[in-house]
Amino acid sequence: MELVIIQYNAGNIQSVLYALERMGQSAVVTDNPDRIRNADKVIFPGVGEASSAMQYLRERQLDSVITSLQQPVLGICLGMQLLCSYSEENDTTCLGIFSERVVKMQAPAAKAGQRYKIPQIGWNSIAQLHSPLMEGIAENSYCYFVHGYYVPFGAHTIATTDYIQPYSAALHKDNFYGTQFHPEKSAETGARILQNFINL
Amino acid sequence: MLTKRIIPCLDIRDGRTVKGVNFESIRDAGDPVELAELYAREGADELVFLDITATIEKRKTLHQLVNRIAHHINIPFTVGGGISSVEDVHILLQNGADKVSVNSAAFKNPELINQLAKSFGSQCIVLAIDTQLEADGEWYVYLNGGRVKTPMRCIDWARQAVDAGAGEILLTSMNNDGTKKGFALDITRLLADELPVPVIASGGGGTVAHFVEVFTEAHADAALAASIFHFKELTIPDLKQQLRLQEIAIR
Repeated sequence: MELVIIQYNAGNIQSVLYALERMGQSAVVTDNPDRIRNADKVIFPGVGEASSAMQYLRERQLDSVITSLQQPVLGICLGMQLLCSYSEENDTTCLGIFSERVVKMQAPAAKAGQRYKIPQIGWNSIAQLHSPLMEGIAENSYCYFVHGYYVPFGAHTIATTDYIQPYSAALHKDNFYGTQFHPEKSAETGARILQNFINL
Repeated sequence: MLTKRIIPCLDIRDGRTVKGVNFESIRDAGDPVELAELYAREGADELVFLDITATIEKRKTLHQLVNRIAHHINIPFTVGGGISSVEDVHILLQNGADKVSVNSAAFKNPELINQLAKSFGSQCIVLAIDTQLEADGEWYVYLNGGRVKTPMRCIDWARQAVDAGAGEILLTSMNNDGTKKGFALDITRLLADELPVPVIASGGGGTVAHFVEVFTEAHADAALAASIFHFKELTIPDLKQQLRLQEIAIR
């Protein structure tokens, strides 16, 4: 099986690569459109800013490559957000696989000892799990999140989490999957989710 | 619910884990790769690696060590020590670091934080501050591993760094470091309540009660410790279990 990790300007690519290696799964890191199209599975990682990432993808026609993919695709963090229709982060039109929109986290007024930090950084629990991607994952398992924008509940939500308010921790539509958290950094829970993706 | 993070720290000198008291009297604490792997397995929420030699000739071995650790752990990994340029950070991320921690170089050149945040995102940039309480009742910033005092107040520098793009603050109290007498609660609370970014408390954690108070009284988002974990005085599973019993949100 050939697993491709899309290389672009918003990567957290080494961590994903090492996580797959620990599971005995090799992967190819590339921005070559043919290689991406011909892969059995594609991971679209990401840490960074939405508009510059989209601009980079468009300049290389990777936007149309990604939206045309028929094999299983997993977007991680910014990768998942870029698969949505629109992001409030610098008013960015995204790839439009998921109809959901990405909105900015707004902290409520700070109370002593209850100040919400933005971005959210740390381990939070995921719940209401349903999808082959979440097979074998217990309700309220913890995953590692780092983000300042989020996807509200939508038709494609397959996991929820709660920070300031409840929202989507993962999405699924057809062959496209996305996680707001970083499975590659989420200990055994994350490894199982990556394994589920590989097994699809 | 977002949990409080427990973060073991590896201070690295010449490829070994070491630990001092009040930044001095350093002793050996073992092989960093073995410790990192153990801590990840035991449920550490993150790992911090600080290179305390950070001389130019040792940089390359450092990168190899970062790379080896990154291959072995499945939790977030922050690397610091001697970072002074975008290129330094690029190399560390290429070797599997998830975040970097900057300290003296950022103080001497605050524009560095800006450049790093633009290049890699704020979530990648941890500002480490070593601070000491002086006789005048103020906490001041120290540089170069605690050797050089500055006239800058800790809270002022922290605010400035967050404005420049620092995504987290790693706050080490030199008065408390290595003493196992508890974290510096007042300065931790000041930063945690004032700043819009997470604050990692460091220095002085010796008992479960110290961790409880740094989370509940000082509102720290995370707590970092080294010697108690290295020398098995308190294990991460025991600590986390005790914190759960005290109804602190813990993974």
